[in-house]
Amino acid sequence: MAKKPLGPVRRAFAPWENPEQQPFIEFRNVTKRFGSFVAVDQLSLKIYQREFHALLGGSGCGKTTLMRMLAGFETPTEGQIFLDGQEITRIPPHRRPVNMMFQSYALFPHLNVEKNIAFGLKQDNLPRSDIKRRVDEMLALVKLEAFAKRKPHQLSGGQRQRVALARSLAKRPKVLLLDEPLAALDKKLREETQIELMNLQEELRMTFLIVTHDQEEAMNLADRISVMNSGHILQVATPGEIYEQPVSRYVADFIGDINFFECKVTGCRPQNGGASITLHSEELGNEIKVKAGHPRMIGDAVTFAIRPEKMRISFEKPLDPSLNTIKGEVWDIAYLGDVSIYHIKVSQGHIVRTIVANTTRLVERPISWEDKVWLSFDAEAGVILSQ
Amino acid sequence: MKALKKDWFSITSLVLGFSFLYLPIVILVVFSFNSSKLVTVWGGFSTKWYSALLHNEQLLSAVYITLRIGLVSASIATVLGTMAALVLAGRGRFMGRTLFSGMIYAPLVMPEIILGLSMLLLFVAVDQARGFWTITIAHTSFTMCYVAVVVQSRLAMFDQSLEEAARDLGCPPLKAFFVITLPQILPGVLAGWMLAFTLSLDDLVIASFTSGPGATTLPMAIYSQVRRGVTPEINAICTIMITAVTLGVITISLLNKQAHTKKQSSATIRAGS
Ligand SMILES: Nc1ncnc2c1ncn2[C@@H]1O[C@H](COP(=O)(O)OP(=O)(O)OP(=O)(O)O)[C@@H](O)[C@H]1O
Ligand SMILES: [Mg+2]
Repeated sequence: MAKKPLGPVRRAFAPWENPEQQPFIEFRNVTKRFGSFVAVDQLSLKIYQREFHALLGGSGCGKTTLMRMLAGFETPTEGQIFLDGQEITRIPPHRRPVNMMFQSYALFPHLNVEKNIAFGLKQDNLPRSDIKRRVDEMLALVKLEAFAKRKPHQLSGGQRQRVALARSLAKRPKVLLLDEPLAALDKKLREETQIELMNLQEELRMTFLIVTHDQEEAMNLADRISVMNSGHILQVATPGEIYEQPVSRYVADFIGDINFFECKVTGCRPQNGGASITLHSEELGNEIKVKAGHPRMIGDAVTFAIRPEKMRISFEKPLDPSLNTIKGEVWDIAYLGDVSIYHIKVSQGHIVRTIVANTTRLVERPISWEDKVWLSFDAEAGVILSQ
Repeated sequence: MKALKKDWFSITSLVLGFSFLYLPIVILVVFSFNSSKLVTVWGGFSTKWYSALLHNEQLLSAVYITLRIGLVSASIATVLGTMAALVLAGRGRFMGRTLFSGMIYAPLVMPEIILGLSMLLLFVAVDQARGFWTITIAHTSFTMCYVAVVVQSRLAMFDQSLEEAARDLGCPPLKAFFVITLPQILPGVLAGWMLAFTLSLDDLVIASFTSGPGATTLPMAIYSQVRRGVTPEINAICTIMITAVTLGVITISLLNKQAHTKKQSSATIRAGS
């Protein structure tokens, strides 16, 4: 697929676009069964050095299992795992250059903060002075110098989480695994920690693999996201691509809000590299013109998906003939402060959601309940998904 | 408490119940300090029966054997019982774990006489001369279940991801057990040992079945003397045993309580944070 930069580019880092680039972590056709239950199914995934990669998916889709296989706590039933060019499928956890930050933090209750952080370094039999220096470094990194002698039960949740992070970073692993590291924190602390994590990753130049089921967190942190569902990866892409060009209805629905319309392909002609497609939607009673990456067969049943913020709303029908226009009536308005969500009832009683930024004060809001309005969007605003 | 004071029925039942339970023991203890040779007639306070014990070679050697059996069997039972508890508490899944978990409780409710008899049959079958080691083996095997149960309940509170975290940080599995898991379950293991030791000390039935010439335990010695008549000396040795067992039970409950409050206080801090 020809790529144009989508969304804001955080930094020029895209090794996955280079076919020559060797992956740093590779899952090759990995399957994990628990008895007859298949937790991870024929999964392949490549992660590159210094990438911040997020595994995103609903509960029970196999994220933790995948991560535990990389850490060495589970052995794949089939398939292989490579790290830095070496096969590690059957290497026990204590001999892998991979460290994990546990969801429960798993701090050793009988050791103080300092000794918790030093634990991994001691296993390598480093000289005492080196251990001391590294521990101090880590304590400074997570700003816990004042708490070095405290036991874990004498710390707050946020402090404990930082000790766990420091402990897993102390050995400078090749890969840091984070299993829902921020799930137990409140919103504000979570956002702060996200920024800290991003800075840390940049600073330490490590590869991070994070598990989360918070889509905002994944979008915020990761260079690339793998969206998982029942043991499969549905899509691996940058946050922007996942949001703008989801490959399936599940992915589109999982991330952000989106409208779906069941359609039939009524026309298709090639147009500089892609295709210009016409759809007909019963629900809308409308034709939709779409610019797509590749052609479709006429007569195919497809789903057209469009994000609420990609649609305009106006009293007058826009004059530009290249725009798609749909007639409707304002059914409901949800005022959220920065934006309002308009629920527009279209011809067949179908409800379409659209977002309008509240650039003017509430009292001056021009469009109100039961107004007859026009929705409009251009040919590139939405995507066609196979059913 | 206040309500209890007014409630004569409660007080009466309490007094009756506890008298029924403890009066015989109190009488035994009191009469161990009796200067008269007659067990049922009070002849004034004296500790002479305790000093007489020191010259009773037979009883002293029984005490020595009993302590040795207790120490050795409790120690072996603790190791084996802890190992069993670890497996049953979820290290590694295998077929029939539920069955094994249930089976570990069986010796707890099995009549001692059956345990003793089956042990005897085993030793006869393998033609093992009976003595110190046969009693020790028998005691190990029945006290081990108690250890397993105590340690298992302790392990249920233990967060297994701690051991995983240790391994993740480069600690080999066996070492991870000793430096992380063991310190966490130690109160349970010690309580298990105390329990095994106490059970071994006062066992009469199984010891009688599995002992041989020259290996008379204290309960056996007392029992055989009592058949020839109760002497104040017996009262004295029994008082010492009661003291020892009471201390053991108190230690066990302190160990468990300490672990419990520790857990609770950390939980409170966590909830408050
Ligand atoms: N040791 C195990 N034995 C049996 N089944 C297991 C085991 N571990 C995980 N599973 C099953 O595998 C599936 C995937 O589990 P996993 O923990 O990877 O989910 P997850 O994506 O991390 O979910 P969550 O977001 O809830 O943490 C679940 O259905 C779970 O029940
Ligand atoms: Mg999980």
